[in-house]
Amino acid sequence: MSAEQSLPGALRRPARGALAQSWRRFVAMFVKEFIQLRRDRPTFAMIVGIPLIQLMLFGYAINTDPKHLPTAVLTSDDSPIARALIGALQATDYFNIKYIARGEADADKLILSNKAQFVIQLPPDFSRQLVRGKKPALLLIADASDPVATSGAVAAALGAATQALDRELIGPLASLSQKAAPYEIRVHRRYNPAGETRRNIVPGLIGTILTMTMLMYTAMSVTREIERGTMEALLTMPILPVEIMLGKIAPYVVVGAVQMATILIVAALLFQVPVVGSLFTLTALTLLFIVANLSVGYTFSTVAVNQLQAMQMTFFFFLPSMLLSGFLFPFYGMPKWAQYIGEAMPLTHYLRIVRSVMLKGSTFGDLAVDAGALAAFTLVAMSVAVMRFRQTLD
Amino acid sequence: MSVERDIAIDVRGLTKSFGAKKVVDNLTLQVARGDIQGFLGPNGSGKTTTIRMLCGLLTPDSGEGTCLGYDIRRQQEEIKRYVGYMTQGFSLYRDLTIRENLEFVARVYGVDAPEDAAQAALERLGLVGRADQLAGELSGGWKQRLALGACILPGPSLLLLDEPTAGVDPKARRDFWDEIHHLSTQGLTVLVSTHYMDEAERCHKIAYIANGRLLASGTIPQIIAGARLSTWVVTGDGLDAFSDELKRQPGVDIVARFGSELHVGGRDEAAMERLARRYGAEGGHRWKRDEPTLEDVFIELMTRAGADR
Repeated sequence: MSAEQSLPGALRRPARGALAQSWRRFVAMFVKEFIQLRRDRPTFAMIVGIPLIQLMLFGYAINTDPKHLPTAVLTSDDSPIARALIGALQATDYFNIKYIARGEADADKLILSNKAQFVIQLPPDFSRQLVRGKKPALLLIADASDPVATSGAVAAALGAATQALDRELIGPLASLSQKAAPYEIRVHRRYNPAGETRRNIVPGLIGTILTMTMLMYTAMSVTREIERGTMEALLTMPILPVEIMLGKIAPYVVVGAVQMATILIVAALLFQVPVVGSLFTLTALTLLFIVANLSVGYTFSTVAVNQLQAMQMTFFFFLPSMLLSGFLFPFYGMPKWAQYIGEAMPLTHYLRIVRSVMLKGSTFGDLAVDAGALAAFTLVAMSVAVMRFRQTLD
Repeated sequence: MSVERDIAIDVRGLTKSFGAKKVVDNLTLQVARGDIQGFLGPNGSGKTTTIRMLCGLLTPDSGEGTCLGYDIRRQQEEIKRYVGYMTQGFSLYRDLTIRENLEFVARVYGVDAPEDAAQAALERLGLVGRADQLAGELSGGWKQRLALGACILPGPSLLLLDEPTAGVDPKARRDFWDEIHHLSTQGLTVLVSTHYMDEAERCHKIAYIANGRLLASGTIPQIIAGARLSTWVVTGDGLDAFSDELKRQPGVDIVARFGSELHVGGRDEAAMERLARRYGAEGGHRWKRDEPTLEDVFIELMTRAGADR
């Protein structure tokens, strides 16, 4: 430190517009956060790793319309009619007949030990009663402790049973055949003709993955500065809370965009989930959703005292988001009060947006309400964060 | 007006409590522009809390004042601009390089051409060769040097340094103080808290606080004179045992060992003279009247503050 060199006092700020100065400070914060993020290798790796792993895991794993469910048959009737009926059920693909039960106790045991999810029970004189026009009962026992798993199969069984015997009930038995209804019901499974779960799950995953990662990143950001002791210096610098906030959020908007792109590419390549609507609309609204989550995370960060607390708040917010947003369970299946809570979650609105744009081709105009909700949410969260930000150590 | 311009720090009656504990109690302090003001006191005496109130990090419970003419309660934005605060712990970003840290500071303060300003600071600090090393990997001395460099980069008018040389080796400590004097000659006002007596002696003025209260302030001769301590230097054999004996004598306020000498002093000059004459006559030790040192005075202040508590 030589005595000849003068202090950089000459470099002191010249008069400049307040906005331009504010922008410089925002850039300072942005650059700093970006460097720190880049240098945090594990986090950096997880930015792409987490979405990929979760997408593979859930995209391939989750199926809400399972087929080939283990089934037991309990009957001593070996007539062609009974065989045709059981064959028809098996042909629905829902039932995989793995066991022949030797009596009711045996059938119960198969269900209790989770070996069979269904038991098809025909009375011993099923065909005889049927031929006599006595309308015998076919009993389908379903393990409904998992209603999602069984409901598809039950519906298919009802449909199969009415048509199964059309070929058997001919000649003198034709009178027993069901009369067709005087009208026809046609069902159009729009946007997902094959009823594939992944078409519903994969877009939803964009929402949940972004919620989780974005919340965590910013939830840590302020508490980390407090724990590392850097906050004390930062607070004595001429930088405003709103500049700190925006500077900390902005790098993660980029991160979120990278994650979204990763998921969309994988969704198209591996799961053949297309983007029917405009990619621009999807990107714009996804960025809005990313900012909404980052603001919530940042708000947690200003409330929490340490990183552990921030983490706990993240999970407190994340779980209801998963369960009440319509990601895992149908939104309109929930009671009204739960729907109100769900409406207060950004993920709920984003799921409507992402599923509509990707699968149905909805336009921005169709989604204005949900987009508005996300924008309002962001504004509220940011305002709270700026107000909550402690400018002193008091 | 000119008088006011010459005062960098002017605070009256600063008080701050945390819970039931009064950490700073009715503290009044004036620091002239261009002075190096030492801020001394035992651990937990309220030095850090006072400095934090001066730079706007803490709001005083009561009291008022100005830093560089800006109100410490209402003009915190201006204070942040022109006051450089160096925290006790290292508070730059450990996961940023030295250059990146300096550039961050330059940008936040709106310095023109931040990259050039950072480069200039690197050259001034002699850190050009390590510019791309992570700040967290620096040794204690270099960390302090970097922290000071970051503090003065935006060109502040007042520096608040909170124990800047704690845990730094003597050579680095001396370099650090040379730099502080160099800054002072350029018109910077420096308030620096420290534990070290040799550092206190390098300050223009000193303020001593204990238990949150200002016990003495002024130049070193003023403080020594103000203590009204009559001091004798005692040499001879068996000083440790003798020291215990002296501590029990009425009129003795301090007994402190310095190498092969005992410093014995008290505020009651007559009592001290009687004591010295009596022990001197016994002939076991040599008694010699001497001026009290700054350290004698601080030990006496600290003992008295401890007794008050």
